[in-house]
Amino acid sequence: MFDYQFFIEVLVGGLLSGVMYSLVAIGFVLIYKTSGVLNFAQGAMLLFAALTFVSLAERGVPFWLALGTTLVIMVALGVAIERTVLRPLVNQSPMTLFMATLGLSYVIEGAAQLLWGTQVHGLNLGIDDVPFELGGVLISQFDLFAAAIAGALVTAFALFFRFTRTGLAFRAVADDQFAALAIGLRLPRVWAAVWTAAGIVALVAGLLWGARLGVQFSLSLVVLKALPVLVLGGFDSVTGAIVGGVLIGAIEKLAEVYVGPFFGGGIEAWAAYVVALGFLLVRPSGLFGQKLVERV
Amino acid sequence: MTRPARSIAAGWLTPSYLAPAILLIVAYGVVPFAGSDYLLDAMLTPFLALALAALGLNLLTGYAGQVSLGSAAFLAVGAYAAYNFNLRLHELPFLVSLVAAGLVAAAIGMVFGLPSLRLRGFYLAVSTLAAQFFVQWALTKFEWFSNNNPSGVIDAPPLSVAGLTFSGAAGRYLFSLTVVAVVTLLAIRLLRLQVGRNFIALRDHETAAKVLGVPLLRTKLLAFGVSSFIIGIAGVLWAFAYLRTVEPAGFNLDRSFEILFIIIIGGLASIRGAFLGAAFMVVFPLLLSRLGAALLGDVFDSGVLEMSQRIVIGALIIGLLIAEPRGLIALVDRLAERVLRRSPRWFRRSTQF
Repeated sequence: MFDYQFFIEVLVGGLLSGVMYSLVAIGFVLIYKTSGVLNFAQGAMLLFAALTFVSLAERGVPFWLALGTTLVIMVALGVAIERTVLRPLVNQSPMTLFMATLGLSYVIEGAAQLLWGTQVHGLNLGIDDVPFELGGVLISQFDLFAAAIAGALVTAFALFFRFTRTGLAFRAVADDQFAALAIGLRLPRVWAAVWTAAGIVALVAGLLWGARLGVQFSLSLVVLKALPVLVLGGFDSVTGAIVGGVLIGAIEKLAEVYVGPFFGGGIEAWAAYVVALGFLLVRPSGLFGQKLVERV
Repeated sequence: MTRPARSIAAGWLTPSYLAPAILLIVAYGVVPFAGSDYLLDAMLTPFLALALAALGLNLLTGYAGQVSLGSAAFLAVGAYAAYNFNLRLHELPFLVSLVAAGLVAAAIGMVFGLPSLRLRGFYLAVSTLAAQFFVQWALTKFEWFSNNNPSGVIDAPPLSVAGLTFSGAAGRYLFSLTVVAVVTLLAIRLLRLQVGRNFIALRDHETAAKVLGVPLLRTKLLAFGVSSFIIGIAGVLWAFAYLRTVEPAGFNLDRSFEILFIIIIGGLASIRGAFLGAAFMVVFPLLLSRLGAALLGDVFDSGVLEMSQRIVIGALIIGLLIAEPRGLIALVDRLAERVLRRSPRWFRRSTQF
């Protein structure tokens, strides 16, 4: 007899944990849309942000001050990356840029741990990871909280892109770099803004992931969770990142529970990749890639 | 990039083979006798294995333009395949196991290369990660691969070919050197053939290559196959000649990145670049630890070393991509050219860079 309640519980848990993947994926999409770079360093930025925040908080800095300071540091990091890495590499092939972000992720990971040490830090955001019951289904409170934060973040970005001049410049560059240049938009400035935005996303995602896993090196490996999400959703669509994240989260959990036992478990590590790959063979540009783009 | 092709027959006789020939003579005739066990075991043997792996990846990424982030998976496939051939088919000569392991790696590489028929660029790079995670998982999960060792650890059998046993630091070094020399020679020949030209055409412009009649499907699969074959053999050297006890965790994503970094640092689409990059990757951490210990003393412990190593390598990659995308080998070549321009003409003619 198929246990529907259990199925729904796994499904909901997966959907919600998928939101956490979406959060990481959105950082990728922002940068990819405007500069055509697949930023592998997103995970390293996430680690850097979380580690900086935790280290400040552990030294007795109050929550909001620590958050503000980390934010400022992430902004500075975004601007610095534009200056030192992106600007000299203008007009290079996307693959060259990708490899540069690989190098960048090494630099940031190394610097973060050299600065703040390599031990594991606990992070408490004041939200307990306790389940509560809703209609007979157990749901994690923390997951709901994360989903709410993600929703707020996406809404904030959507408003920002629609109603501000920078947001408008953003959309113009995403649409057509050359046309944007021709009408006098300053590309470097837009890129610096984009990397800053990605830094903010990294901070939010870093705090949520850090609260769940503990702040440590493996935090930078969540990029690997976000990549299948991007493949599934399309590299250049925020909607895709959200839908893809939620789907991957659900697929991963369902696969682990219902398919995993046939292989002796532990298939979470690659199930998402196989699904994303299989999907790609049918639709090479992902769910929302290029053709059905929702401009943000 | 590659030098312009001369006529193949004349190629064998020109002095451009002088430098590699001298290197080989030194590597065979002097190094095994003069080198300490530490030099051979901890530096030269891993250098040879890494260089071969980088050469394999360079065929795929540098020449054929398909980025792969899963090289370590094929190292692992090579190592575990050779182990199992050796374990389960006793009468199989080791050399046959070696080639068979390469072929297994090639087959797996072609399977994971299949998506390249429809995917390009980033999508393909991401799909090669699937190989990385899947292979590592399978080798840990199924104990059959490691003869029922619960953590997937395998121990190397003795290296013996035709009654000749390669033991000791010098023996393992000589075995690696021979394998690497032969495979490298074959790779160079391959690149001079139509297949090699097809790789480059595929990299430079896929659509143009197709229009010119390059069979894309075959070329791509061949690139994945040949590359994985070479990386698989490098995996056998890494596991059996260098470490001698390996576990699946040793073939993680960091190892894949290391090999990719070798070819970026050494030089994409350059055979010599793979060797130069591998030499750098082996020597650099040692230099850095000496330098750090000398400058900072006790503060420079292994944790700090690892982190500063990451920072320097990352920064070096960014710097090279900005200033010299053809890698260290281009710098070396330019330097050599400058020196040669000032040298007497007879010398210039006999080395001819």
